[in-house]
Amino acid sequence: MGRGPFSGCVRAYGRGMRDDPRLPTSPGFWRSPLRSPRFTSVLGLVLLVGITVLFVTGLVSYAAYNPGLSPVNDKTPDKGFLGFYLFAWPTDPPWLYRLNQGVHVTLGITLIPVLLAKLWSVVPKLFALPPARSLAHALERISLVLLVGGGLFEFVTGVLNVQLDYVFPGSFYPLHFYGAWVFFAAFVAHAVLKTPAAVRNLRRLRKGDGEDEGDTELVSPRPDPPTVSRRGALWFVGGGSLLLFATTVGQNVDGPLRRTALLAPHGGAEPGSGPNGFQINKTAAYAGIDAAERSADAWRLVVTGRTGTVRLSRAELARLPLHSSALPIACVEGWSTSDQWWRGVRLRDLAALVGHDGDPPDVFVESLQRHGAFRRAALRANQVADPRSLLALYVNGEDLSPDHGHPARVIVPAAPGVLNTKWVARLTFGDL
Amino acid sequence: MRRRLVLGSPLQLLLLGCSFALAAYAGVRLLADDWFGVALWLVGAALLHDLFLLPLYAAADRAAVRGLGAAGRREWVMYARVPAALSGLLLLVWFPLISGMVAHRYRSATGLSPDGFLARWLLITGVLFGVSALLLVLRLRRARRR
Repeated sequence: MGRGPFSGCVRAYGRGMRDDPRLPTSPGFWRSPLRSPRFTSVLGLVLLVGITVLFVTGLVSYAAYNPGLSPVNDKTPDKGFLGFYLFAWPTDPPWLYRLNQGVHVTLGITLIPVLLAKLWSVVPKLFALPPARSLAHALERISLVLLVGGGLFEFVTGVLNVQLDYVFPGSFYPLHFYGAWVFFAAFVAHAVLKTPAAVRNLRRLRKGDGEDEGDTELVSPRPDPPTVSRRGALWFVGGGSLLLFATTVGQNVDGPLRRTALLAPHGGAEPGSGPNGFQINKTAAYAGIDAAERSADAWRLVVTGRTGTVRLSRAELARLPLHSSALPIACVEGWSTSDQWWRGVRLRDLAALVGHDGDPPDVFVESLQRHGAFRRAALRANQVADPRSLLALYVNGEDLSPDHGHPARVIVPAAPGVLNTKWVARLTFGDL
Repeated sequence: MRRRLVLGSPLQLLLLGCSFALAAYAGVRLLADDWFGVALWLVGAALLHDLFLLPLYAAADRAAVRGLGAAGRREWVMYARVPAALSGLLLLVWFPLISGMVAHRYRSATGLSPDGFLARWLLITGVLFGVSALLLVLRLRRARRR
């Protein structure tokens, strides 16, 4: 890379800003003996793998909503070619969304210490002078604003969303989705520019000799005596990750292990006891469900299809052929339940009831819910056709509780939790 | 010296050009609703981290090192640094739950009690410092025996 384009400016900063160790623009300001290209390389390569997994699981999670199927499933209708990869979400394996989202959220939380350590390790470069040595270098530094700002934006919105702290400026879905693409654009450029040197540094680290390559400006010219070795510092970062992992991952299983998720939103105790005691995303009260609307007198399931409309009371539904499925509830927020034992009417049997015999189409599901982003949801034909997809009336041998969707709820293998609509009022079969 | 614009590596320019194109494509969508709020969050996140959070913990760490150094106990610093950093990390990540600022929504949405988070965080913090102190005592006793 060329040097000296702004040499006049360099001279102007002169001995002042670059050599005065009281200023962060001077390399001598930074005293930690830990900072080095090797230290940064190790953290960078961990993030390279980790953030790639986060990005891919994030894209997969988006596809799981079947946003191409219906506008009600799509919170980012202006996505353009950013949805190029979308595919019909499968129903097998039934734990697919549970695994994907568990990995996305748990890994994201686990990587926070690595991200913080990585940013710490390169912070002298934020203040480095001259501001730019060439046009390419200037653009690279601008790109770093997107990398650091975009990365922190993604982590912060994700961490806030799983704690139901909706303080970010807009709806989570578009912010986290478009933000991910902005971040990833900068991330790929950064990875292409830095990975080769990082890999070579790591090889040298293994051999245990040789000079570091790359940003030697990271090495302090007047380091303090060390209080911890580089190896010790990496263990320290890893320990932080391990602590976050160990206190989060448990929110993906029922039973005593859930209690190990000491600070995660769906760790700790179950919300209730008995067959309906498992984790709840939104309670009936929160969703604004009126108990009178759920009563046996008032509630009728309205099923519409090719041959017209059928109205069914809960008792009539319970007299239809009932089937059982063992399926989990898996939330976009990165918590899930173990398999619950659901019992109800197959969605494809309900389709057959209104003239879709043998070739079930898509279905548009509406809830009693008055508000909430997913009070209406669409399921694709392959999800309707799956024999495990139910309009459930019972769970674990008992009537559904109000919080789990009484009088009836949808449960579909591998679907994100919000598409397993609770308090179902209307099913409209037909191609969407 | 004559001033001229140095371009730098053409491959790097091409790569960054592609990166900016994709970022711009997603960025206009990201900024479509509340451009100021989102830009504030994006740039603010970087500034808050680089100019506040990092200097804050770095200064705290340096003060601890200096303080223990003045007492001639510089080698003890990891016994304070590790539990303090781990506890601070948990607080940073789970602040909305620990502080109780989302307690109302959390209880009404999930049916779970929002009350245990602060107590559990304090307990974890206590255990971290306790284990750290125990290790230090063991180390000191071993050193004395020698």
